[in-house]
Amino acid sequence: MKWVESNLGLVWDLTLTHVALCIPPIVIGFLLSIPIGWFANRFRVSRGTILVVLGLLYTIPSLPLFIFMPLILGTSQVSSLNVTVALTIYAVALMVRSASDGFGSVDSDILQAASAMGYSGWQRFWRVELPLSGPVLLAGLRVVSASTVSLATIGSVIGVTSLGYLFLNGLQRTIPAEVASGIVAVLVIAVVFDLVIVLAGRLLLPWNRGDRSARATARAARRRAVLVAEGAS
Amino acid sequence: MNLLGEGIAWIVDPANYAGPQGWIVRMLEQLFYTFGAIAVAAVIAIPLGYLVGHTGRGRDIAVSLSGGFRALPSFGVIILLALGLGIGFKAPLLTFVIIAIPPILAGAYAGFEAVDRKTIDAARAMGMTEWQVMTRVEVPLGLPLLIGGVRSSALQVVATATLAAYVSGGALGVFIFQAFATRDYPQALGASVIVTALALALEGIFALIQKLVVPRGVVAKEPKDVRARAPRPRATTGIPVQEGK
Amino acid sequence: MFTAIKKGRLLTGLVAVSAVVALAGCASSDPLGNSSTSGSTDAASGPIVIGSQAYYSNEIIAEIYAQALEANGIEVTRQFNIGQRDAYLPALESGDVQLFPEYTGNLLQYYAPDTTARTSDDVYAALADALPQGLEVLDQSPATDQDSYNVTKEFSDSNGVTSLEDLAKVTTPLTLGGNSELQTRPYGPEGLLSTYGVTVGFTPIEDSGGPLTIAALKDNTVQLVNIYSADPNIKTSGLVTLEDPKGLFLASNVVPLINSDAATPEVTAVINKVSAALTAEDLVDLNSQSVNDQKSADTIAAGWLEKVALF
Repeated sequence: MKWVESNLGLVWDLTLTHVALCIPPIVIGFLLSIPIGWFANRFRVSRGTILVVLGLLYTIPSLPLFIFMPLILGTSQVSSLNVTVALTIYAVALMVRSASDGFGSVDSDILQAASAMGYSGWQRFWRVELPLSGPVLLAGLRVVSASTVSLATIGSVIGVTSLGYLFLNGLQRTIPAEVASGIVAVLVIAVVFDLVIVLAGRLLLPWNRGDRSARATARAARRRAVLVAEGAS
Repeated sequence: MNLLGEGIAWIVDPANYAGPQGWIVRMLEQLFYTFGAIAVAAVIAIPLGYLVGHTGRGRDIAVSLSGGFRALPSFGVIILLALGLGIGFKAPLLTFVIIAIPPILAGAYAGFEAVDRKTIDAARAMGMTEWQVMTRVEVPLGLPLLIGGVRSSALQVVATATLAAYVSGGALGVFIFQAFATRDYPQALGASVIVTALALALEGIFALIQKLVVPRGVVAKEPKDVRARAPRPRATTGIPVQEGK
Repeated sequence: MFTAIKKGRLLTGLVAVSAVVALAGCASSDPLGNSSTSGSTDAASGPIVIGSQAYYSNEIIAEIYAQALEANGIEVTRQFNIGQRDAYLPALESGDVQLFPEYTGNLLQYYAPDTTARTSDDVYAALADALPQGLEVLDQSPATDQDSYNVTKEFSDSNGVTSLEDLAKVTTPLTLGGNSELQTRPYGPEGLLSTYGVTVGFTPIEDSGGPLTIAALKDNTVQLVNIYSADPNIKTSGLVTLEDPKGLFLASNVVPLINSDAATPEVTAVINKVSAALTAEDLVDLNSQSVNDQKSADTIAAGWLEKVALF
């Protein structure tokens, strides 16, 4: 406990750094997954290929992927971009499946109705498909967020600072409290991110509240997102 | 630079695969962690998941746990446990058990929940005891989803097991950490390819098992699609029929 | 339908999300200074980038450099905790990192594995020749922190082993524990065999001679461990450091490695003063403050700079 008291500042600073390291991959991964997921769902032929390739990416263990990033990107060995890009790859690999499921969950009758009402393909996407696949997208995003926050700690092994610093440093100095602080801080960030996503979902998808079937859909989506998520670390 | 070629060359070099330090032994260690963790986790998680699924109590806690545990930094947990347990396989194995439990729990629970209530009511109406309802109806029908949970656990553990090497727990991570410290890219690539291949092989095996355990004559209750058409009562003629649940 | 209310809700949602992103933006200041410098930095214009190994003791020295330079009005950026030599030396050569606390013997052996230099002065002289274009070392410090092989007191007593030479007489199988890169280093298992005729197995333990290494030694998983000589654990755990009469290890003094572009007269003068003042006892004491008193690197560095009162 001696360590925690005298190092609260360090834990807080590292927490902020960790947050800053995690947000770009989560946001960029989410944004990239929407067109890819839409494409995978729209053209059934491509779906299998896209999902298999992305599933393959997600089985690559994180440490070697981090190590190879400078070779692939031509970045410096010590650049935090290495971790950002690797985490984005994982985020996309996880998220595209959810996105594809999400677009697939929109009833084809509804899409036809929208077209019949004179919506163009573009309008139909923004006003019908995207909002209605919202619950499934959110469920996927929650898993991506938790996974990213956890994986970012391994960046410390290759010298990109995150809360993982506390694991390495705490080990060398034999300070279990330091390691434990790191674990707790990671979990706190994950919970806060999760709450923010759920809250954003409530604000953006208000029609889900109070509707029993919509809540059931959201729950099923969450369960599926959790169950299909595997690999990495 | 033909890195891929060098990586493959690393894999097929007898100096790298043979002997107690070779990758075959390390791969077996990786599998030991995977199946060891799953076995222990299954003993804990399956009864618990069935209990939740059968009684319907603690709904969604299993799923929340499973999602939330994804945020648990395995690397930190391994190190923290190793500080208490010392080097070797104990700290990593315990960590992997912890991360393997939630998906199996969720799979066991979801498998039960996916069984149509009407089927269970029918089973009760036929005079089955609660125990028979569980063992003869819910367990067989829920098996595909349970195996799905086990598969999810296996893939998480097999990828994470590379971290065991950090606390001298062996497995394929040994090559990766050493390759990182010495910038030996062919070795890092070779070892990563083996880990990924292992993950894919497990994925294939579990996908096969998942298909095989679907009881004959049963249309799989596995929700392939999250298309939720069913719950919405469909207007037919006049008054909508609300199915009781 | 929902499209009517959607705009308002969408706006609120977007505000909430962007607030979080903005918050994260504010948080981008890095406590350990790892900014995302991907290109090389121009030494003359920007602050000097100081790096450190992922080793707490090295981080303390780097922090001392940083605070000493700051006390003399020179701007610094800290990019600590970069890992092992093979990872950070390319970054130093490219100029992404400019100043780094190093150890003469290990650094020389990295660039010239076959070197025959063993004494502190020989090593330092050879190092100046061995460094690649664009890198140079400033004055070396009297403080040493070199690899050393250690056994438990019990092992030493029961086998009559006090020197690496004695190990050849031990009949039970020996396993060496240390960071994984030790396996390929010239003083690793191969060096032990060629210099002393001792055959050892190898178990990688990644904590740089930390608690796991000591635990493995104590429970006899390994019999011989590599621990840096300035590590306070050697004393607190009652280990016996084996003598090295045939010079398997090179003398290894703390030395600042610097990218030539950053080696301005001002920087050189400040860092040389620091190096001259840092003694071997100081280094053990600094490490002990970190491991035993759990003080942070910046507190320890500030305390030492205050004690020696250089500036």
